[in-house]
Amino acid sequence: MPSRTTLHAWLMLTPALVLLIGFTHYPAVATLWHSFFTTPRANRPARYIGVENYTALADDPVFWQALWNNLIYAGATIPLSIGLALAMAVWVNGKLQGRTALRIAYFTPTVLPMIAVANLWLFFYTPDYGLLDQITRALFGWGPTNWIGQQETALGAMIVIAVWKEAGFFMIFYLAALQAIPPNLYEAAAIEGASRARVFLRVTLPLLGPTTLFIAVNAVINGFRLVDHIIVMTRGGPDNATALLLTMIYDLGFRFWDTATAAALTVVLLVILAATAALQFAFAAKRVHYR
Amino acid sequence: MTQAPALPRLGTILETTAAWLLALVWVAPLLYAVWAAIHPTGYATRFELFAPLTLSNFAAAWEAAPFARYFLNTFALVTMVLVAQFVLCTLAAFAFARAAFWGSGILFGLVLVQLMIMPDILLVENYRTMRALGLVDTILSIGLPYMASAFGIFLLRQTFKQVPKELEEAARVEGCGTLGILLRVYVPLAKPTYLAYGLTSVSYHWNNFLWPLVITNSVETRPLTVGLSVFASTDQGIDWAIISAATLMTSAPLLLGFLLFQRQFVQSFMRAGIK
Repeated sequence: MPSRTTLHAWLMLTPALVLLIGFTHYPAVATLWHSFFTTPRANRPARYIGVENYTALADDPVFWQALWNNLIYAGATIPLSIGLALAMAVWVNGKLQGRTALRIAYFTPTVLPMIAVANLWLFFYTPDYGLLDQITRALFGWGPTNWIGQQETALGAMIVIAVWKEAGFFMIFYLAALQAIPPNLYEAAAIEGASRARVFLRVTLPLLGPTTLFIAVNAVINGFRLVDHIIVMTRGGPDNATALLLTMIYDLGFRFWDTATAAALTVVLLVILAATAALQFAFAAKRVHYR
Repeated sequence: MTQAPALPRLGTILETTAAWLLALVWVAPLLYAVWAAIHPTGYATRFELFAPLTLSNFAAAWEAAPFARYFLNTFALVTMVLVAQFVLCTLAAFAFARAAFWGSGILFGLVLVQLMIMPDILLVENYRTMRALGLVDTILSIGLPYMASAFGIFLLRQTFKQVPKELEEAARVEGCGTLGILLRVYVPLAKPTYLAYGLTSVSYHWNNFLWPLVITNSVETRPLTVGLSVFASTDQGIDWAIISAATLMTSAPLLLGFLLFQRQFVQSFMRAGIK
C-alpha cells in the first residue's frame, strides 16, 4: 500500500517541516524581499526602492571593513581550529602520559557559554594586570598592552578565543574517526617498515577525509556565526576593528533599527554561506567517498 | 632495528611537552577565574599561595542579580527545546529513513539547508515573525526556531538507516503499527545517538546568546547567558572577583556534568557514529 506509507510519511514530516520552513526558508526568502524596501516606520509604511539598500552598503566603508575582517576571521579560525583539533585527537588517541586529563582540558571550553568565556578572557587581556601582560612582562619584559582596545591586536585576540572555544569540539569527531580505523591497516604498515610520519600521511590522513569535510562545514559556519564574545567584549570596536558581518547585522537591526539595510546585509551573508556550501559540495563529490 | 626501544625518542618527549603546554593554555582562563572567584577582590591579580579563601563572592553575585530566575528560565528553555527536538526529529528522520515516497530526496535536501543557514543568522526576519505571532519576550520564542533541527534529523536518519529491516518485519508480524515499530524497535536502538545529540543540544541552548539577547527583554524570560551579560556590563563595573563568581556559577551545571560524565560524553559521540 504505497499511498498509505506516503500518507504516514507526510504526517510524520509535517510538524518538523512547518517549523523549518517558518524559521529557515521563509525568513531567508523574506529577507531578500525586504531588502528591496525601506525600513517601515510608525507613520511611513515600507516603500519599494530597488537595490538602493545594496548601493548604500557598497558606499559604506564599515561594510567593506566588516567583510574584510570576517574573511580574516574565518580564514584564520577555520584552519587553526581544524589543525589543532587533529593534533589534539592524535595526542589523546596515542600513548601519551595522562591522556584522560588532556582530553578533559581540551574539551572543557566547549561546554562553557561563549558569554562566560568572554568574561574569562577579559581578565586575560586586561592591560597591565591581566594574565597575558603579566606573562609577557615576566618572559620578554614587555610593557602593558591593550590587547582588545587597540586596532592592531583586537581582531587577533578575538580569533584566539574562537579557536580556543572550537578546537576541543572538533577534536571529538577526529577522535571518533581515529578509533574507527581498523588496527590491521597499521599492522600492515608496520610490517612494511613505514615511519610514523609516513603512516600518518598515507594511512591516517586519507581515512579522515569525510570527518574533515564534516568539521570544515561546521568551522565555516562558525566563522560567520560565532560572534557572541565580540558583541560583549568589543562591540565591534575599537573603530570597527572587530566588526564582522553578523555583529553589523545585529547593530543595524537592533541598535539602529535599520532593518532594511540589515536585510540587505543578511542577504550578503546568505550568499557567502550558499557559495561556500556549493564549493564544499563540489569538492566532496570529487574527493570524499561518503555513504 | 637501529633504535633502542627502551629509551623514549626525542620526538615523543617534544610531543608530550607540546600536548601538555597546549592543555595548560586551554584550562588557564578557567583556572584563573576560579582563583579570582575564591579569593577576596584584592587578590584577583596577585598570586600568593596562602591568600585567604572566601565564598563571599558567590553570595554577593547571587544577591546582585536574579540568578535563581535566570537558572529557572534556562532550565525551562533547554528542557522544552530538547523534548520538542526529540519528538519532531524522530518522526521526520523515520519518514526519511524508511518511507520511500516521491520527492523525499528533494525534501531532505531542503531540510539540510538549515545546516548551513542556521536561525542565528536570520535574526532580523525571525524577530519580525515573532512580533507578528505576539511571542516577543517569551521563553517559547527563544526555542521555537531551533525545534526542528536539521542536524538532529540528519543524525537520527543515519542511525535509523542502519537498523536491520528484519527487526521491523518481525515486529510487524507481531502486530505492531508504524508508530509501534518506531517506538519499540528504532528508538531503543538509537539510544547512543539520542544521548550524543541531546548533550550537544543542551550545551548549545544553555550557551546560546545572540538570539535570546534579541528576543528577550525582561527578567522573567532572560536565560542565564543574557542575564550574565546584563549583570557583567551594567551592575558591576570591574569587580573581577564577583564577575568571576557569577561566570563560574552560570557555567557550573554543564561543567560539573561534563567532568562527572566525561567518559560517557565522549563515548556517546563515538558510538553515535558522528564521524
